[in-house]
Amino acid sequence: MTAAVGQLWPAAVREPWDGGSRLFAAGDRAGYAGHLAAYGPLPGHEPLGTLLAQLQASGLTGRGGAAFPAGPKLAAVAQAGGTARYATRPSGPVLIANGAEGEPLSFKDATLLHNAPHLVIDGLLATAQSVAASAIYIYTAAGNLDAVAAALTERPDAAGVILVESPDAFVAGQASAAVNFLETGRALPVDLRRRLADSGFKGLPTLVQNVETWAQVALIARYGADWFRAAGVAGDPGTRLVSLSGDVPAQQVLEVPGGALLTDVLATAGIRHDAVAAVLVGGFHGRWVRPEGVVLSVNDGTAGLGAGLAVRPGAGVLHVLAPGRCGLAATADMVDYLAGQSARQCGPCMFGLPALADVMRRLASGGSGGAAGRGAGARGLVDEVGRLSRLVSGRGACHHPDGTVRLIASALETFADDIPWHLAGQCNSGHAGHAAVGHPVGNAAVGRPGVRDLPGRARGEGGRR
Amino acid sequence: MSKDSGRDRATRLHIDWTRCDGRGLCAELLPEALSRDDWGFPLAAPGRLAVDADKSNVPLKHSELGAAADAVKLCPVLALRLTRP
Repeated sequence: MTAAVGQLWPAAVREPWDGGSRLFAAGDRAGYAGHLAAYGPLPGHEPLGTLLAQLQASGLTGRGGAAFPAGPKLAAVAQAGGTARYATRPSGPVLIANGAEGEPLSFKDATLLHNAPHLVIDGLLATAQSVAASAIYIYTAAGNLDAVAAALTERPDAAGVILVESPDAFVAGQASAAVNFLETGRALPVDLRRRLADSGFKGLPTLVQNVETWAQVALIARYGADWFRAAGVAGDPGTRLVSLSGDVPAQQVLEVPGGALLTDVLATAGIRHDAVAAVLVGGFHGRWVRPEGVVLSVNDGTAGLGAGLAVRPGAGVLHVLAPGRCGLAATADMVDYLAGQSARQCGPCMFGLPALADVMRRLASGGSGGAAGRGAGARGLVDEVGRLSRLVSGRGACHHPDGTVRLIASALETFADDIPWHLAGQCNSGHAGHAAVGHPVGNAAVGRPGVRDLPGRARGEGGRR
Repeated sequence: MSKDSGRDRATRLHIDWTRCDGRGLCAELLPEALSRDDWGFPLAAPGRLAVDADKSNVPLKHSELGAAADAVKLCPVLALRLTRP
């Protein structure tokens, strides 16, 4: 039931309950009337019990990357209660729809906000009613503001929703950075003493969810947990949006069920299996994988996944690398970008990521170039990546260094067979079964016709997050 | 096992990385708990943390609590605090 949805203007798919798209059932750029026609009116949710119980039973997880369960997160906010800093009386929680989408390879949030903004607003309003929220924000990039503003003005019940433009930065979508921006105008992650659910925006209990998560909440508020769980698998129920990019015929957003086979998703998009060498799953903080046997699931337990390797879909990014393209070079470019996107608050990230980017660049370019020597032989580069990775991971206010380290580790594992070639001064990224289309690396590029593969290490199964 | 569970309840020195400048005072006051990384930032001494432990919260021995309190008070950028799990 993988439903193909076009780029920013998806093909209309009706009947959210019938194997088509759930989130885009109202069609392209749905107005309020079309939205109501497709989904029906939003039921009232005054007592907290109804929505919270349904959300808990649904098993919905956050769609922004971390996949935190939405039910317990709402419960924490509802139980917290609080008084704003500098205020004298208690006030209700703050709800934030996070559509910052700082991930460069993700465009599913923009697609959702352009085509189904009313679902996002519905999710916020239903929850606001059930927890007596004191403020509602939609935080999103400049390109989505007009679409959301138009949706807010055409409905009678959204006057209280505040629309805020998010800065264009990778870490601007991190939850504490979003709250910090709304409060202070600085979209920088914060060293939190208490959870946002207890003390977030101005000290109030604060619920930050990705915009797609709010849209899913709207569906659960209407149709309930059982309906939600009818798609996907027990360990990862419901559907999710994925942004498909890279070496593909067309970039597009797909809505796929939890527990989907990656090869099925690629086939739905018309991508032949021999046109794929590797896929980056989850985004720049995600993991490179070979697609065969990979299951997109937030849960790697036994819940109906069969024998597949569960890979967490993160922010829903699927970035295809064609045979003949060098995964190590692609990763080095990404690490360069990530180093540049450090908020430069935390020392290990500010200094460690550029150091990692430098070593990855040297590795990708055959052990030469970059900052010279440091006595590390070619093999020493791989060891140095490991040492720096241990040094930066877990030492920051947000998970930017951890995500970067995860990307690098997956590249070294997935492209392990390429490393000896690179260290020998040559890139041979034509993977087994394909003609080598190597790019010359460093100063040592020497064509070696006929030599197709070194006796490399067997493909690893890969560490799970 | 009992040693580990004791360590789980230990007072921890929390490092606020957004404030820390790598001045190094804490590592001087707590030489057994902290070393410094390539760039001078405090790093839990080898063996102090379990693999995958939270590197921003360094468990302290009872005998180190006095020096840790000094480090919290004397840190020039107020990047440290004591926490309990």
